Amino acid sequence: MIRSISEEKLWDILDEVKDPEIPVLSLVDLGVVRKAEIIDDKTCITITPTYSGCPAMKVMEEDIRMRLMMEGYKNVEVNTVLSPAWTTDWITEKGRAALQEYGIAPPEQATSDKNALLGHPKQVTCPNCKSRNTAMLSQFGSTPCKALYKCQDCLEPFDYFKCI
Amino acid sequence: MEGNQALFKYALRLGDNALILGHRLSEWCGHGPELEEDIALINVSLDLLGHSRSLLTYAGEAEGKGRSEDDLAYLRLERDYTNALICELPNGHFGDTIARQFMFDVFNQLLFSELVNSKDERIAGIAAKAIKEINYHLRHSTDWVLRLGDGTEESHDRIQDSFNRLWEYTGDLFAQTEADQWIIANGIGPDLNALKPRWKQKVSEVLAEATLTVPQDAWMQKGSRTGTHTEHFGFLLAELQYMQRAMPGCEW
Repeated sequence: MIRSISEEKLWDILDEVKDPEIPVLSLVDLGVVRKAEIIDDKTCITITPTYSGCPAMKVMEEDIRMRLMMEGYKNVEVNTVLSPAWTTDWITEKGRAALQEYGIAPPEQATSDKNALLGHPKQVTCPNCKSRNTAMLSQFGSTPCKALYKCQDCLEPFDYFKCI
Repeated sequence: MEGNQALFKYALRLGDNALILGHRLSEWCGHGPELEEDIALINVSLDLLGHSRSLLTYAGEAEGKGRSEDDLAYLRLERDYTNALICELPNGHFGDTIARQFMFDVFNQLLFSELVNSKDERIAGIAAKAIKEINYHLRHSTDWVLRLGDGTEESHDRIQDSFNRLWEYTGDLFAQTEADQWIIANGIGPDLNALKPRWKQKVSEVLAEATLTVPQDAWMQKGSRTGTHTEHFGFLLAELQYMQRAMPGCEW
């Protein structure tokens, strides 16, 4: 998609707004920002939740509004849409690297995760020592978007950003 | 108008299922048998509350009387809720919660898999989002049915007893009313009669693997579609609605 210069600037600013629960990841990297447009004198941002009940949505909305107002945008509108449904495939390469660096295993490729839904535990790489010898402790971790794993080699527990 | 009324009732029913079961699961917060499980149950609860928010918002729009998701969640009377009875039953012990969750998850997974193709764009969009989460819920509850059923003698006997006691509430999951005929005819939602044998088959498969016996169909409780609830429901609402009743219009 071709973006105008003013919209390009908007995306750059949004890339500085971080996920309130994973402060190394920007909302753009997370893939929750779907649209950033300037329509007449209005700045319209469209976001989508990672999970239906994600309690961080309200905070994200406020953070976006605050940030844009600090940059001088006056008439800011933030809308939430459900469709198309967010998928982990929308996390950018930069975002995946940031997650790994932060100690959260980024989602493995979506295609292989279909196996996980059929009951086979997923093979996940430990973000600390890169071992593949890991085990799932719980499908639900510290937030709805994460599962809890432990590494059998370095023995560290870690969060895995699960595929949806 | 007829269509909007049917759509209102349909979205309300789906929203109520998610709201009431989500509320029940939230009661486990801080009481789970282990930390990971405590977190898992609350995660499922949060997902369900998310579904209820989207569905009740849509129900309010379809009704066209300006009621918001909060108005519908907090300011209705007992008889105006149409959640399936199984959603409102007390948590009981952990095995009771898991048996209830598993039977509901199988139902919900079949239903939302169909709703993804709904001719109503909003319902289809909500379902496409929710189904990804419901798949995880079902996997979680299935794991526990297998683990408890095929576990120790005591865990086996206790969850078998849970299934036996809860079975009479499962018929009500598939109850349909006149409003549903419009929903089915217009391709908005599936005929629940068609889902029933698939539900029974899936439940039977997992129970067999868990060395458990599928209870015999006998008397089935009914009434949720007309707002007739179990005696537990009033107490649940008293807690759910307390804040809005005590301080009308309060906001975070």
